[in-house]
Amino acid sequence: MTTPGDTAIVMTRSFDAPRRLAFDAWTKPELLVRWYGARGWSLVVCEVDLRVGGAWRFVQRGPGGTEMGQSGLYREIVPPERLVYTEVFDNQSYPGESLVTHVFTAAGGRTTVSSTVVYPSKEARDIVLAYPMRRGVAESFVRLDEVLTAQMQGDTA
Amino acid sequence: MKPIGSSLSTHERLDATFAALADPTRRAILARLAVGEATVTELAAPFDMSQPAVSKHLKVLERAGLISRGRDAQRRPCRLEPRPLKDATDWLENYRRLWEERYQALDVLLDDLTTEEQKQQERRQEGQRGA
Repeated sequence: MTTPGDTAIVMTRSFDAPRRLAFDAWTKPELLVRWYGARGWSLVVCEVDLRVGGAWRFVQRGPGGTEMGQSGLYREIVPPERLVYTEVFDNQSYPGESLVTHVFTAAGGRTTVSSTVVYPSKEARDIVLAYPMRRGVAESFVRLDEVLTAQMQGDTA
Repeated sequence: MKPIGSSLSTHERLDATFAALADPTRRAILARLAVGEATVTELAAPFDMSQPAVSKHLKVLERAGLISRGRDAQRRPCRLEPRPLKDATDWLENYRRLWEERYQALDVLLDDLTTEEQKQQERRQEGQRGA
């Protein structure tokens, strides 16, 4: 992961699968719901209108039923090479939309996916980067609550 | 996603850290200080730069909390302060880890899909042989 310039985040990862399947995993709702959630969050709404100008919308549900929605429009769709779309979070605290570009490169049966997110401002990028940290903290408190509740039940039993 | 009111100072600190790191001379100074403390004269030596120019860079690093200066009025040796660097890398690491968790779930999914496809292909071949 790198943060070139003031407004971008670039992440690159290699997957042991052909490019076609990796592209499908990023664009088919029935596949997206199987992996996109993380850290106790799951994708409960996943709508994909896969055509240029078509809309997408995800809603993730996390610990305690908290929901987080994000949506955008597809800008470029070149299966299985390239996917570009805009992204806006429902409750984002900064103005403007981000532009997300995924480039799928095949090499020896594997696929490298390079994802670039360009944020509307430096502040926006920094808020997004700080966000998973806050989410992580919230979740550890939920886990702590569970542990404490379990222990209290153990004490009274 | 609201900005984190209580951690505004954290944001400001991170801003200062990343701004201070966004310069090759300052990164070279930090690399030198990672080996041990040094005076301004010692730090200026490897660079084609005047001592006042180096002092300017040191002020930026000091403001960001990345270095501290000794009390000795004459030498004022510079010392690396590891804490803000660690905060900055932890912060990036946290974001990377979130995505790594997603990617690991994707690894499992892609493995499932590849296996499914292979099975389908085998069944098709068996069907052709049977016909």
